[in-house]
Amino acid sequence: MTAQDWAGRIKGAALAGLVAFALAVPLVGIDTNVDDATGHGFTTRFSWVVIAVASVFAGKLALGFVPHFHWAAPQGLRRRTTLKAGRGVFLIGLAAAVFALALPMLPFSSRYLVDLATTVLIYIMLGWGLNIVVGLAGLLNLGYAAFYAVGAYSFALVAQDWGLSFWLALPIAGLLAALFGILLGLPVLRLRGDYLAIVTLGFGEIVRIVLINWGSVTGGPNGIDGIPRPSFFGMPFVRNPPEGITSFSQFFHLDFDPGQRIVFLYYVILLLALLTNLFSLRLRRLPVGLAWEALRDDEIACRALGINPTSVKLSAFAISAMLGGIAGAFFATRQGFISPESFGFQESATVLAIVVLGGLGSQLGVVLAAVVLVTLPEFGREFDQFRMLLFGAAMVAIMLWRPRGLLSARAPSIRLGAGDPA
Amino acid sequence: MSVDKTPLLEVARLSMRFGGVLAVDDVSFTAYAHDITAIIGPNGAGKTTVFNCLTGFYRPSGGKLVFHRDGRAIPLQHLAGYRIARIAGIARTFQNVRLFAGMTVLENLIVAQHARLTRASLYNFGGLIGLPSYRRAEKSAVETARYWLDLLGLTARADDNAGNLPYGQQRRLEIARAMCTDPTLLCVDEPAAGLNPHESHELARLLVTIRDRHELGVLLIEHDMSVVMGISDHIVVLNYGKKIADGSAAEVRRDPAVIAAYLGEDEEEMA
Amino acid sequence: MSYFLQQFVNGLTLGAIYGLIAIGYTMVYGIVGMINFAHGEVYMIGAFVSLITFLVLGAVGITWVPLALMLVLLSAMGFTAVYGWTVERIAYRPLRGSFRLAPLISAIGMSIFLQNYVQLLQGARVKTLAPVITGGFTVMQNGGFAVQVSYLQIVIVAITIALMAGFSIMIAATPLGRAQRACEQDMTMAALLGINVDRTISQTFVLGAILAAVAGLMVTLYYGVIDFFIGFLAGIKAFTAAVLGGIGSLPGAMLGGFLIGLIEAFWSGYFSAEYKDVAVFGILILVLIFRPSGLLGRPEVEKV
Repeated sequence: MTAQDWAGRIKGAALAGLVAFALAVPLVGIDTNVDDATGHGFTTRFSWVVIAVASVFAGKLALGFVPHFHWAAPQGLRRRTTLKAGRGVFLIGLAAAVFALALPMLPFSSRYLVDLATTVLIYIMLGWGLNIVVGLAGLLNLGYAAFYAVGAYSFALVAQDWGLSFWLALPIAGLLAALFGILLGLPVLRLRGDYLAIVTLGFGEIVRIVLINWGSVTGGPNGIDGIPRPSFFGMPFVRNPPEGITSFSQFFHLDFDPGQRIVFLYYVILLLALLTNLFSLRLRRLPVGLAWEALRDDEIACRALGINPTSVKLSAFAISAMLGGIAGAFFATRQGFISPESFGFQESATVLAIVVLGGLGSQLGVVLAAVVLVTLPEFGREFDQFRMLLFGAAMVAIMLWRPRGLLSARAPSIRLGAGDPA
Repeated sequence: MSVDKTPLLEVARLSMRFGGVLAVDDVSFTAYAHDITAIIGPNGAGKTTVFNCLTGFYRPSGGKLVFHRDGRAIPLQHLAGYRIARIAGIARTFQNVRLFAGMTVLENLIVAQHARLTRASLYNFGGLIGLPSYRRAEKSAVETARYWLDLLGLTARADDNAGNLPYGQQRRLEIARAMCTDPTLLCVDEPAAGLNPHESHELARLLVTIRDRHELGVLLIEHDMSVVMGISDHIVVLNYGKKIADGSAAEVRRDPAVIAAYLGEDEEEMA
Repeated sequence: MSYFLQQFVNGLTLGAIYGLIAIGYTMVYGIVGMINFAHGEVYMIGAFVSLITFLVLGAVGITWVPLALMLVLLSAMGFTAVYGWTVERIAYRPLRGSFRLAPLISAIGMSIFLQNYVQLLQGARVKTLAPVITGGFTVMQNGGFAVQVSYLQIVIVAITIALMAGFSIMIAATPLGRAQRACEQDMTMAALLGINVDRTISQTFVLGAILAAVAGLMVTLYYGVIDFFIGFLAGIKAFTAAVLGGIGSLPGAMLGGFLIGLIEAFWSGYFSAEYKDVAVFGILILVLIFRPSGLLGRPEVEKV
């Protein structure tokens, strides 16, 4: 490398360092998170500023040495696939399903692990649900937590006030959420991507504000507790069942163990997730599913083909809302209590991150992203604090580097082959 | 060549205004079934605007559009965009190819059969539970797609992303996709743009084949005179939004108004 | 009547702040056709930098109000401008040719990142500032209720109007303004004519950030309390203001800002304070359904 290259590189790195300095001085260099005992209301952290500037300088310099490093050329949809779609993906998915089925019975399994896996599955379901509207239909929904909330709260109210069992209340919660999906869909139908996104953001906020303030129905900031837990065909998972009712452990002649309900809940969400997957895969081949993807690619061409963009968008909203609502209902019954805190923008952002990182439209990608995003905080409290920060950075990075997600592949929904579409 | 002179589309005193600009000014013509009708004219003459009014993308400022199908007269100017394709059976292609680039070639052709498949699947519910009647409909849709794939020589690339096709094939795929909606009138907007002479010739042959084998009329916007003169049964010439000529290829070629509008063009272009 | 007037004064002040943020949204949308979701966070950073600068000045003993204000203003505008510039450079510029959702998602990611960045560095608790500009006067007294206008409110509205006027002149008369308008209309052509499109876009973001910084300073002075989350809500409301006024129109952004401020003040004054945000979001939805081009904007014709 010539001296001129070096000079250019150093100049670039120095400029980056200068920018980093300007960014860091006020917010990194000064720390206002102090108690007033110090008097001034802040302390300084100039060593951090030095570290920040140095890392940016070094990083920018190093970047120049990495061969073939370039941000993804803006080719948008015409990227080459990086993972062979089709057979490979199917086998991986099958293996994952088998693993998931066997999980509680594996030797290294524990209550903690099953509980964690349950959380992962909830987010997988949420991810698949949001995937329909963001990944397939290409509509950016920033308020998905609203449907999650509607499902959870309607389940809680229906199960408590009307005394319906889990299996009856669940579909009702789903339907109510779907209704909300249509309600949200109606005003945003004709909106462009950006406007649609911000309206969904506003919708998410509206739902949250209503949940906090409509105390008579939603319990206000305290939420609703005492939500009934599911039973195994009428047999509750309790140590001492009420008169005349046999508990699960009694019926199977087992010692009562709180872990039994946890395992049962795990299998319930696993079942729901598998059904969601089959449902989604089936939908993608049907006219509505193909219409979603066509709408994402080119709405004007859709109209020219006689496809009604309004009903296509509404169906995407309704179905994705329904899935979110069902996940919410399960969440409610698993926790036993819900409050508005769980349904804010942070939740919507997390699910969006899962969909984006997993690859807009990819079923398997959502699974991988959910596993990573949910389990990462468990590896250390530091991760938990930095979780949202990393999500945000990762979303930007993915758009710059691999816009179609980590598994940027799209398996065709309908294949030409031996006459029978695979 | 057409013998059947039943009118398919009647454009009566169509006008389209954008703010202060009158893009289409009192244009009237008739397109006949089984004919290839070409709309030509210098750039900015209002040709694509006419298309957009026909296919529901613009609401005309004035005039009437009447479409004849199955003995009915369907007024077009008040139909919402996507319904024109469904109810009237008018299909179109676009000046800048608008394929579904993220979907495969086959899927593009299947999406075009959306209306029929939705009915067969009982609004998707039947499809969800795997009704045999839906499976049959899906198979037949694939067969229809296969017919076009074979005609265009694209069968080997059926499962490739439509965006990966070479430009000329993309254009032809777009026409095939429009045909999969089983239209009564096919509107093609500058299909030969960007094609070399060999590809243009192939395209012209495709349009003639379509006209001959299928029960429809074709409306064609085109600048490539070799294509236009070679295959059009009837030509309408626009300039500055007004119609300046209307007749057979031979008549239009000799029309002094048309020659004047194209003044500066090589006379060979008109031959 | 006096209650009404008080709400009016309050709403106007609030509206000035929204208007300044809204200008940033509308300028960026006009030139690159995207909503800068991170703009609310830039405003929040402006508020934090203002507060921090006040604290630092207090620590080094600069307490004469006019001087302190000037220094804080410069500091906030300067540092926030760098943030605005960096966001565009990192998260938007590389994605200019990409598919439709990419810059949107990147913007959301940036917004989330900045919120948590400030939260981690400065803590999640609210930050307070002792009142800097105090005092006011009573405009009228009506049966026990006095309509009071504080000097701060006057300062805020006056500065906003001055900035607004300055901006309009800039857009109309300076090379930058002309370059901006050219890029808004036809970016390719502007580039062909020798306009440095990248730099024009960067400058637009920087200008928006500067205005947001001023808004951040004002909100710090006015409420005396800030936290890392203020950008989120203010961002949506300011965007609503931009849409209400007509996206792409500078006077529209200002008008929209004042209107939203007034609506919020009157709603919480006469109906319920808890649901004031719902009222504003409701406005957003109504405008987008019934008059998407806003009050002062021009309807967009779809290019087929």
